[in-house]
Amino acid sequence: MPLIEMQGLTKIYRAGAIDVPALEQIDLSIESGEFLSIMGPSGSGKSTLMNILGCLDVPTAGTYYLAGDDVSQLDRDQRAEVRNKKIGFVFQGFNLLPRINAVKNVELPLIYGGVKTVPRREAAMAALSLVGLSDRGDHLPSQLSGGQQQRVAIARALVNDPEIILADEPTGNLDTRTSNEIMMVFRRLNRDRSITFVLVTHDPEVGDVTDRRILIRDGRIEGDERRTGDEY
Amino acid sequence: MLNPLDGGKIAIGALRVNVLRSLLTMLGIMIGVGAVIVMVAIGAGARDMIGVQIRSIGSNLILVIPGATVTGGARLGSGSVHTLKSTDAEAIAKECPAVKLTAPIWGDVNQVVYGNRNWRTRITGTTEDNFLIREWPIRRGRMFTPEEQKRAAKVAVLGLTVVENLFGDTDPLGKMIRMKSVPFTVVGVLDRKGQSPRGDDQDDAVFVPLKTSQYRLFGTPFPDEIQAIMVQAKDVSLIPDAQKQIDELLTRRHKIGRHQEKDFTVRNLTEILETAQKSLNIMTTLLGAIAAISLLVGGIGIMNIMLVSVTERTREIGIRMAVGARSGDILSQFLIEGVVLSITGGLIGTALGILAAFAFARTSGWPALIDPGTVLIAILFSAAVGVFFGFYPAFKASRLHPIEALRHE
Repeated sequence: MPLIEMQGLTKIYRAGAIDVPALEQIDLSIESGEFLSIMGPSGSGKSTLMNILGCLDVPTAGTYYLAGDDVSQLDRDQRAEVRNKKIGFVFQGFNLLPRINAVKNVELPLIYGGVKTVPRREAAMAALSLVGLSDRGDHLPSQLSGGQQQRVAIARALVNDPEIILADEPTGNLDTRTSNEIMMVFRRLNRDRSITFVLVTHDPEVGDVTDRRILIRDGRIEGDERRTGDEY
Repeated sequence: MLNPLDGGKIAIGALRVNVLRSLLTMLGIMIGVGAVIVMVAIGAGARDMIGVQIRSIGSNLILVIPGATVTGGARLGSGSVHTLKSTDAEAIAKECPAVKLTAPIWGDVNQVVYGNRNWRTRITGTTEDNFLIREWPIRRGRMFTPEEQKRAAKVAVLGLTVVENLFGDTDPLGKMIRMKSVPFTVVGVLDRKGQSPRGDDQDDAVFVPLKTSQYRLFGTPFPDEIQAIMVQAKDVSLIPDAQKQIDELLTRRHKIGRHQEKDFTVRNLTEILETAQKSLNIMTTLLGAIAAISLLVGGIGIMNIMLVSVTERTREIGIRMAVGARSGDILSQFLIEGVVLSITGGLIGTALGILAAFAFARTSGWPALIDPGTVLIAILFSAAVGVFFGFYPAFKASRLHPIEALRHE
């Protein structure tokens, strides 16, 4: 059974009296351990797809199974629970809380997961060391470089041992060298810890390093390319 | 689910980001709670003082004096008629069911001499019941006896101020003092009584048997005339009954016709103090209203700042929601912030209020009583203000859509 199974997924936004379709009849299946990218120009619906994949939003129609559970009709709090337990997010703008240090930022999902203080701190430190920042735990985000901030965000995304990590333009705010570093981190986590990665991007260079590319245009899947053979 | 300890830490962390703003937000609550504490402390102190004064003049006290106090026409003041007699006092004690004790009074201000010292004070002729009515015990020696009363014995009981002024460190018991050249033996010293509600020193007094005062010291224009009768009712609730019974009895005894003016006045002394207490209660209510308004304004201040804070922190809310915070988690985070704000404000207000109450007590001489129950209620109430006024901003925060919140700049 695939990790993600979407069938006939449709999202329609209502702007005044007009219905604006953002996604139309998306069928998508993702296996556990995949490393894929969703690509498309802005306005193509790729962000909408990521929001629904991340249980931040619900589809207007269609079904979405995540790890065997239908998550397309969940209410707010149930979706929060799914996000907390099964999904990790990495954003373009890092989205760290500026007033608390790196380790506390990483702890954040565990706080809402009800994990006690000591195991919480341990898990956060372990996640930080996975991204090579175990010595930066007490730094505030403003005291870290962009690449380091994004690595803290990655640690936060994986601290809950999620089924899938969704990254929305993860290298959009970074220079080429740092972008490559971040992509290496993703790659390593995917390979060593079999975490499923979905990268949403309009950057072909990011798309090029993934094993599978899904192209979206005007709310429909236009292409689904798999790359086999050479490892990155 | 967010546990309360983590919620508290998050709230305190958020409030410490901008200490000045947090303090200013608390200001209304501080002033409100401080005002409540000061008001209750001073109110309780004043009430206590009035209670002490009421007890010091004697409980359930009624005063009968000659003459009328009705206005109109050219009139002589009260005390200008000479119709009240000590037999009236005895009759009131005997015939009025609501009356417990009575004591007749005949006295004047005069010089008291001991050796080469002298002192001007009020000399009151009365009976032993006077001291029972006024709950005024003998400290040393004894009270004059009914037998001494009957034979107009030349014995005196002194108040402490007189003792201090005439005798200094000498023991006054058994000593001879002179009043209007008449020698008296000091048989007793009264306990300290303190100030009367009017501010008189009640200990500045000498007491002698009624007949002694009437016949040996001051004389009376008419036989057995007295200046006043002190009456104690059996109970506070019986004071109006007692007044009515005294009125009827004296009207009958003095043979006053239906349309004649009465030659006596019955006054309820505690009434005066009750009036004072009532005006104090009105003042307390008024101050309470001001404090309530201040708490209300403080609460609105908290709501205002929290609404700003929710808007400013929309992105933070979005991030928290993205990583799994439920609506309830966000709601409780902001509610806890509101409550921490208001309770901290309440605690600071309490401390300031206690300081202010003591400062007031020190400068004005009025006592201030801090009641722990009031302090607790004030703090609980400020917490309630935090919950009430924090709820709307917190609810607003909890209903934000995670995607829109994340996009917020």
